[in-house]
Parts: sequence; C-alpha cells; structure tokens
Amino acid sequence: MDSVAQRLSAVGAGAALELRGVTRLFGALAALTDVTITVRPGERRAVLGSNGAGKTTLFNCITGDFPPTSGTIRFFGEDVTHFPPYERIRRGLRRTYQISALFPGLTVQDNVYLACRGVSRGRFSFLRPGQNDALMHAADGLVQAVHLAAVKDQRVAELAHGQQRQLEIALALAGAPRFVLFDEPAAGLSPTERAELVEILTSLPAHIGYIIIEHDMDVALRVVESVTMMHNGRIFKEGVPEEIQSDPEVQELYLGAGHE
Amino acid sequence: MSVTHDARVQIHKPAATAQRPAVRGWPDINNPAAWIVAVILLIMPLIANGFFLIEIFATTLILGTIALSLMFLAGYGGMVSLMQLTIAGFAAYMVAVFGVSGNANISLGWPWWLAVPMALTLATIFGTLGGALAVRTEGIYTIMITLAIGAAFYYFTNQNWAIFNGHTGINNVSTPHFWGVDWRWDIPFYYVVLAVAAICYFAVDYISRAPFGLALQGVRDNPRRMAALGFNVNAHRVAAYAVASFIAGLAGVLQVWNYRQISPGSVSVGACIDVLIIAVVGGITRPIGPYIGALVFVLLRTFALDFLVKIGLDGNRFRLLIGLGFLAIVFWSSDGVIGLWQRWRQSQRPRSDHPGGGRGHG
Repeated sequence: MDSVAQRLSAVGAGAALELRGVTRLFGALAALTDVTITVRPGERRAVLGSNGAGKTTLFNCITGDFPPTSGTIRFFGEDVTHFPPYERIRRGLRRTYQISALFPGLTVQDNVYLACRGVSRGRFSFLRPGQNDALMHAADGLVQAVHLAAVKDQRVAELAHGQQRQLEIALALAGAPRFVLFDEPAAGLSPTERAELVEILTSLPAHIGYIIIEHDMDVALRVVESVTMMHNGRIFKEGVPEEIQSDPEVQELYLGAGHE
Repeated sequence: MSVTHDARVQIHKPAATAQRPAVRGWPDINNPAAWIVAVILLIMPLIANGFFLIEIFATTLILGTIALSLMFLAGYGGMVSLMQLTIAGFAAYMVAVFGVSGNANISLGWPWWLAVPMALTLATIFGTLGGALAVRTEGIYTIMITLAIGAAFYYFTNQNWAIFNGHTGINNVSTPHFWGVDWRWDIPFYYVVLAVAAICYFAVDYISRAPFGLALQGVRDNPRRMAALGFNVNAHRVAAYAVASFIAGLAGVLQVWNYRQISPGSVSVGACIDVLIIAVVGGITRPIGPYIGALVFVLLRTFALDFLVKIGLDGNRFRLLIGLGFLAIVFWSSDGVIGLWQRWRQSQRPRSDHPGGGRGHG
C-alpha cells in the first residue's frame, strides 16, 4: 500500500475515478463515445439514461470486464486502463451486477467469505479457516448488515430474488472498498426492500464513493449528490439532482418519453 | 444499522461460529455408514482372497483415485478433463523409465524412492502444462483439448521406442522391497493402495472447504464474478490442474506397481473415456462418487463376461452392459449413483432433516 500512497501523492490524488476519452466499440457499434468523467473520493453519483445509453458498458470499462477500445481510466491517480479486473478490485474498486452474479452452488456465508478472501491474502490457501478466522467474522458481519443472517447456511440457488439482490450488495462491500459501482441494485425489489437498500447506501462510511445506475428516481436521487445523464453512449448532461430533474431537455429525453 | 466492512468492527458471535467448521467440515464423522465402510476396508484382507483383494478392490481404489482427480476438476472447477488417465499413465511410464524394469536399455535403474518423486513431479508438470492450455477454453473445447492431449500421448507412446518402447511398452517393472517386506505382495500392496486412496479422498474433501477449494467452486459457478471479487481465475484453474495431476500421478504409480508393466493399451483413448464414465456413473459432485463408480465399473468388467456367457451371449459384449448401465444411471440421475442414493435417503426421512442439501460440499 505504501507504493500506492506514494503514487497518489505524486499525481495529487484529486480524483477517485478519472475517465478520459473512453470509447468502447462492439464491431461497428459505438457503445461508448469519448466519455470523460471525474469523480471525487467519497462522491456519490447517479448515472441515468435510457436502455442502450451505455451505462452498463461504462461500468464494464471501469472494472475491466470489457476493456475500453481507447481512452484512459485512472483509479485514485493510478492508470488502470490495461489492468485485468482482479487487479482493479484489489485496489479498492467494487461492483454489483444488474443481473445477480452469485455462486448458486455455495451457501450465503461462503459467497460472502469468498468476497472477503478475494481482496486479501491466501486466495490459494489449502488450510480451512479456523474457529477465529478474521475473514469469517468479517463475512458474518456483512451477512448481518444485509439482513441475511437467518439464511446464511442456505445455498444461494434457494434464495428469493430480493435476498439475492441483498447478497449482491454484500459481495461488493467486502474488504476495504474505496469506490463502488452499483448496477441497478433496486431492480425487482419490493418497496420495503427498496427502503432497506436506501438505508444501506446512505449509511455507507463517508469515504466510500459510488456510482449508481438506477431507473427508480425515488431511490437514485435520494442517495446521490450529483447526476450524469447519458444518451447514445455519450455524456449528455451533468449536474446536481435538482438541476437534472428540472432540465427540459432531460425531461424530454428521459423522464418524459422513456420513463413510465 | 450500518454496513461495516472491516473485521475489526464486527459483532462477534462466538457461540454460533465456533462449532461451524468442525461440524460442517467433516460430516462423515457423524455418519455410521462411513465408519462401517472404513472398518470393512481395513479388515478386507481377512474376508477376501487375493483375487478379490487386488483384482477388485485395489483396482477399484486405483481407478477411483484417477477418477477422483477428474471429479476434483469437474465437480468443483467445472472443467471436464479427459487427460487424467493420460497423466496417470505418464507417471506410470516415468516410474518404469527412471526405476528398474526388464528393459534395461531404457530404464535408468534408480531406486523407487527417487523414481517415484521424479515421476510425480514430471506428471504434475505435464498435467499443469496441459491445464494451462485447456483453461483458455470453456466447456466442450476443454474436453476436446484434453482428449487431443490424451490421443497424442497414446500415439506417441506407440511410436516412440527410445523412451516408451513402442507398442510393447515396458515390462517387469520392479516394485519396492524394504523392511523385509515385498510391498507388491497382495496384503501389503492392498494397504498401500488403501492408504493412498484414503489420503487423496480426505485431501480433496478437506480442500473443498478451504479457501482454494471454495474459490474453485466460485470459478465453476461464475468466473466473471470471481474476477470482480479480486481472484485471478485462470491462475486458479491452472492450480487446480496441478492438484488434480498430482493425484492422478499417485494413482499412476500404484497402477504400474499393480500390473508391473505399462504399455500404450493402458493409456488408450478408450481408457481415458472410461475414467469419465466412472466419475459420471458414481457422481461428480462429491469425492466418494468416483470410488463408487470405479467399483461398479470393475465389477461389471470382471463379472459381466461370465454372466453373459452363462445366459448364452457373447462374453465380449460386456461393454454393452457397461454402456447400458451408464445410460440408465445418467438417465435417472444426473448425479450418478450418489444422486440416486441421496434421493432414496431423502424419501426415507422427513424433509426438515435436510436443510439445504450439500451439492459440492463434500
């Protein structure tokens, strides 16, 4: 971590996440075109836009699931453009998936334990965790935080949809996250579960910033301080939630026509 | 409520967590059937003659251990490798080449305690390199690449005379003698095979709940998410091939001691596929499956011929019986014999006795 800290101070450590001219092509189709975004450490931002606007592709470029065709991505000052996903995650980046990406054959506890193990040492350890294993306790705490303690020994395949979404969030909060990408965390949740989600998001420690993709304005605009609008793979508008909500162009494009 | 993410600020519940690893980790300890099987296996030399001891039970344990290495890759890692028998055969050849055999112009004459570690090391390297090729692919392409490696090795042993002695193979491979015991005598050899099989079985069972094994099951279920949790998925897969190759190598050493010879017929493509059949018939979700599959296979291979002749059919059709049995088991249970067994057990008990079920949990 020392070398990371040194590199941070070297470049001034202004931004948690800095994208410059990021473009992603799928064949001839440009899913992202010349996207430039800067997010401060601890900042919470929503990315809005209709289907196909490039929101999830943006996440995939940031995490390295699909690297960008051109442009650079800096994470806390470090150029991670050509890093594989696991190297970015080990530096404190986290993400959730729009469609739950869990381990259905394992228990809830083991899912969270893997998330804790993935960002610490001993990923290849052949020794079972002992009775006072710190990561097991960390996993217990995360399971409780997302209200899954009652089902922690059940296989994930047997969980209800809402519980799987909660687990999806727990996996992204393991270890010491510095910045989290939430991809439609409220999708398919009941009103009660949405309220719990808002509570989880607003109670995250202040130093953890995030970007959230969310169609539900009630959720999205309550948990962020800034908004980025995307349209056809480009940044369309940036501002605080009130500006975006009252912007006539935005209303026409997204809130009026596209949003039910 | 707050989402804490750090081990230092967790609310600890020692009473709830203290027991978990022991009870969940070794379910066999509480299972009377497992103890009965263990006792029977230990006193087997008292109840079985030499033929049953070696031709049935030792052979079952050796084949089962090879299939166990496939179960480890396929059941926990989701990687179907058809080259596990090839790796075992490679280890067997290396024991013959580095050790003492009837082909003095080929064998280097090393003592067994040097030849065996050498064979295991080379077999592990061989399997790891094959795995490094195979992990670049998924699903059916993994099967194709590993099958191609198996087929290539078979034809290579057939045609190479300098090391592998062509289609005649290497004969009269010597076996260990020490402490005044010929360890290839039926009873000592049975116990050697039983010990190796037991160590491999418990090692696989143990690893399945260790971070490495859990992560391997995570790779099976969702490799992309594993990368998004900080795991280097391909490195994990290659490491799994290394573990599986070592296990297959151990079984290969036992195999060459069992038959005292090794020839291309032992590493044929058909034999590679037999290992897949054994693992699938037994069930690839738990380490016991391959041994059950191996017992079924060896019993059929040994007695189906007599049975067929007795009912007036051609004895050479014993493979037809194996094939029909394979079809029936795969048709009725996607999890082989242990799947049928578990279903029968569940129908005997109230459902509340089975919280969760235990796929992939040993």
